Amino acid sequence: MLVLRILAGVLLLALAWQPTHAQGFEELVRKLASDNFSEKLQAAEKLGDLGDGRAVPALKALADGLLYVRTSDQAPLIQNGSRYFDALTGQGLGELPDSEVGKVRVNNRLRGVIAASLSKLSLFSDDRATRLAAAKAAFANPTPETAVALERALRSEKDPEVMAAIRFSLAAAGVSAGALSDRLKAIEALAGTADPQVRNLLNTVVNDRNAPSEVVKAARDALASIERQLAIVNIIENVFQGISLGSVLLLAAVGLAITFGVMGVINMAHGEMIMLGAYTAYTVQQVCRAVLPADLVGFYLILSLPIAFLVSGAVGVLLERGVIRHLYGRPLETMLATWGISLVLQQAVRSIFDAQNKEVANPDWMTGGFDLVAGFFVSWNRLYIIIFCFLMLAIIAVILRRTAFGLHMRAVTQNRDMAAAMGIPTARIDALTFGLGSGLAGMAGVALSQIGNVSPNLGQIYIVDSFLVVVFGGVGNLMGTLVASLSLGVINKLLEPFAGAVLGKVAVLVFIILFIQWRPRGLFALKGRFVEQ
Amino acid sequence: MNAAAVNVATGHDPVAETAPGDTLLYLEDVTVSFDGFKALNALSLAIAKGEMRTVIGPNGAGKTTMMDVITGKTRPDTGRVQFGDRIDLTRLDEAGVANLGIGRKFQKPTVFENLTVFENLELALKCDRGTFATLLARLDGSARRRIADMLDLIGLGEHRHRPAGALSHGQKQWLEIGMLLLTDPQLLLLDEPVAGMTDIETEQTAALFKELAGSHTLVVVEHDMQFVRELGVRVTVLHEGSVLAEGSLDHVQKDQRVVDVYLGR
Amino acid sequence: MPEADRQSLMTPRGWAAFLAVGFVLIVLIPVANRLVTPGGALHLPEYLVPLIGKYCCYAMLAVAMDLIWGYAGILSLGQGAFFALGGYCMGMYLMRQIGDRGVYKNPVLPDFMVFLNWKELPWYWHGFDMFWFAALMVVVVPGVLAFVLGWLAFRSRVTGVYLSIITQALTFALMLAFFRNNMGFGGNNGLTDFKDLLGFTVQSQPTRVGLLIASAIGLGLAFLLCRWIITSKLGRVCLALRDAESRVRFLGYSPTGAKLFVFVVAAMISGVAGALYVPQVGIINPGEFSPANSIEIAIWVAVGGRGTLAGAILGAFIVNAAKTWLTGAAPEVWLFFLGALFIVVTLFLPHGVVGIVRDWQARRSAARATVLASTRPAEAT
Repeated sequence: MLVLRILAGVLLLALAWQPTHAQGFEELVRKLASDNFSEKLQAAEKLGDLGDGRAVPALKALADGLLYVRTSDQAPLIQNGSRYFDALTGQGLGELPDSEVGKVRVNNRLRGVIAASLSKLSLFSDDRATRLAAAKAAFANPTPETAVALERALRSEKDPEVMAAIRFSLAAAGVSAGALSDRLKAIEALAGTADPQVRNLLNTVVNDRNAPSEVVKAARDALASIERQLAIVNIIENVFQGISLGSVLLLAAVGLAITFGVMGVINMAHGEMIMLGAYTAYTVQQVCRAVLPADLVGFYLILSLPIAFLVSGAVGVLLERGVIRHLYGRPLETMLATWGISLVLQQAVRSIFDAQNKEVANPDWMTGGFDLVAGFFVSWNRLYIIIFCFLMLAIIAVILRRTAFGLHMRAVTQNRDMAAAMGIPTARIDALTFGLGSGLAGMAGVALSQIGNVSPNLGQIYIVDSFLVVVFGGVGNLMGTLVASLSLGVINKLLEPFAGAVLGKVAVLVFIILFIQWRPRGLFALKGRFVEQ
Repeated sequence: MNAAAVNVATGHDPVAETAPGDTLLYLEDVTVSFDGFKALNALSLAIAKGEMRTVIGPNGAGKTTMMDVITGKTRPDTGRVQFGDRIDLTRLDEAGVANLGIGRKFQKPTVFENLTVFENLELALKCDRGTFATLLARLDGSARRRIADMLDLIGLGEHRHRPAGALSHGQKQWLEIGMLLLTDPQLLLLDEPVAGMTDIETEQTAALFKELAGSHTLVVVEHDMQFVRELGVRVTVLHEGSVLAEGSLDHVQKDQRVVDVYLGR
Repeated sequence: MPEADRQSLMTPRGWAAFLAVGFVLIVLIPVANRLVTPGGALHLPEYLVPLIGKYCCYAMLAVAMDLIWGYAGILSLGQGAFFALGGYCMGMYLMRQIGDRGVYKNPVLPDFMVFLNWKELPWYWHGFDMFWFAALMVVVVPGVLAFVLGWLAFRSRVTGVYLSIITQALTFALMLAFFRNNMGFGGNNGLTDFKDLLGFTVQSQPTRVGLLIASAIGLGLAFLLCRWIITSKLGRVCLALRDAESRVRFLGYSPTGAKLFVFVVAAMISGVAGALYVPQVGIINPGEFSPANSIEIAIWVAVGGRGTLAGAILGAFIVNAAKTWLTGAAPEVWLFFLGALFIVVTLFLPHGVVGIVRDWQARRSAARATVLASTRPAEAT
């Protein structure tokens, strides 16, 4: 990748280059084609220092064994396929018979010098990305020569990011050689960066027997500070992944928490509402692929959110009206009945779409990601899911706090009998609550389809976890659900490096079992006389 | 034994006049709060041995919470609850408190609906409550006699084989009182014992309570002023978690604050 | 026991039914399988023997479940964990019995440990070469786990759905843990390839008949034990707990003790059931810990009729026979059927099959009473 980009940049550069060092350049390229290896070495090295982009094709060609000389006038030529080009001007010469040309020989030592020169040359590319890449690449090869090229590049460089990268690589070059004070300064400059590459470099300094003791000590201190930073980055990364996992849990659990809070029943088919949402996303995707133009297919995801809400919500309302309503006041039986429903739904989906995993593709805008800090990659789909999750939470909070339905719901949560006595239609609230909770699960399913496969068992993967979130967070409290899911996610991820994924999970389960001892009603339990029953 | 009862009749503050040995239940500065709301606010109360006390007060005055604190269901935030000379009730759970001889009747009659009347009484009968003792327990003749006597006392003899759930509201109240009595309590806490009873049943209950007073200590929470008058004992008025007034019913009924917060409405 | 009219099996008729079922399982089936010549009309096919033995183990599990759920109101959704633990204890014994007959011919280490390059037996595998020790662990391991979990949960008054979720989490955690290879229980594959049990070849038909008899006896003993508990005063305390836990507390009983007792007893019975189950099916793997298995136990009990031990046994046999038949005949229908069963039973048959029978009996006797009343009027009831 990098090489290609450098090449592309260099070719551009070659076209636009003003021949300021014309004399030196032409002479040196001619020398590249000489028979004398030491002359070739010198020329290749000097071409790198010259900073003339036109030298790139010739150097490349020599390294790849494509540099030729015309026997008639010793002019350097570049072979491309069966055609030849002038190495000095880039002018096409067409096909030449083998007898008229001679191949310039190359060895590994020469190749090494060419590589160094090429990387120096790309520091002067017109393309910002190429320069940046070259400046970063120079880090790995911190010779005094690179340092000279870097300093020259720094003088002409305007882009702050590239300048920073150059300074960074300069420091790396300065660490290994030069005056004692400069080396110390360079080490100090590097100490602020938590990059694994820097760590490797400093490690070699520490282990370098020839290095002065002050330098070794400084390097050791710098290493320690880098280790600290890396540890912090590592924790941040774990916390981010934890939040990401936590937001998935939150998505899966929030609907459950609402229904549990209002009706006191655990809906074992909640996971299947998630699964239905994911299958809705899959179906919408297939339909969109069939009917929409290719560049609009990416919008299927947005489209499937409301559809999934409606599908799962409708199933939820049906469920409440058809089954759960008749089991009011018998929470254990409700668990069993809803478990039965979950089995039926799983098998139904298995019969309709087969048991194979279905893939719901990430739209373009959710693919890839970016480096936030060195070594810490944030992928778009994770980030979007976190954002989506908080958005959803905010919407729920608004529904609960600002609408009449929310007010009624909270009233029923706190004291069902009193709410009924005050004329709140508790039966309708129950059905709507169930619809809302299930609809939210459906939307969660759409989100989850973006980070994993869609299968009939999808709901089962999240169900135990989301129960635990609800139990941990406490009944009827959105805040509790939020804190519980995020902290469970983070605890899980922080434990993973020590205990491994599975034992980490087991530890979390044990933790919750113990936690229940301390707070049998969860983190944010309602208190008071009415709650006791 | 009835020294305390004399105190009750004179209508003076029993805490001041009763020697410590004669105070059976003593609450001092008890505070309980639920999410900032103070259900009990520095409540202090003393009940003498053998005394019958009625507690009245508007809804939310803290009557039920007071019972919860005494019976170990709710831990007070601050304050002391002492039973007899030494025992600190706040350290015990419900079962521990019950085994000291403190029986409690709930506001809503609470009996075991799927067990028969006889079985309800059998479970209540004083005996070793340990798990293995219970597993191996057998009813002997004297126990049967005691249950039979209690069935007669509460008038449920002919219902002995019916499930308790099939009884009327008043009958359940009586069954619950019967269960309490079979635990041989020293102190009975009765939350609205005559709610849902007919007038005749209420009268009978009043008669029963009067008979029990002296040999037992009773704390009766009631809203039924007729019943309170019928009992004719010292009355404590609770308001917002503390004692508003104390004395005979006539005395508290004349108290303007009591009229304002409770009786007047 | 004058108040025993609810306990139908204390009647002579109940005892007769109990003995008849025992006779069929312990005498008739073995005779029909071993003594009747194959091909004869009364011959019991070989494959049915371990199947019925398996059902007996399930029925034991159902009895245990009924003890805690039907009587004490504790819906444990992790009962399968105790079953599986008992099974693993037995499996460990059977693995040690293989000795050097394994693929790798290691006299001490089971094959999977050799495969994982383990050099010595983990400490917790010691002792399982002795049957008495394994048999002890079959009850001790589930019992201790149930004691610890129950003590923690009941002491802090975790009840209802909270308790169900906790028990489900427990079995889920155990499943994840047992799936790990380095737990030392064979990971994904579990324990299998058993050779012999107390010197008898596990696969042979006489051993299978013996195991069936053992399972039937185990079931009978579990039934009698549970019956004894529920007809004791403690059983009535449990029923009382289900109705009004706070009243039980205020009467001075400790619900923790009573619940813990039945919970531990149920776990031990489940462990024994698991131990009898494993040699009959020839394998134990972490799948037995899956939460779905545990929930299924609840439906056996519910189908038969919770709160009656005979109902629990009946339910276990009915549902599992249906499962055997359906998963063979129309596998895709099985989950629909099971799901529908959960819904229908909870909605329409709160007392299960036993409830139907009782209703029918009650209607019949009521009809008879009406007939009597019309012929002989004016008799007080």
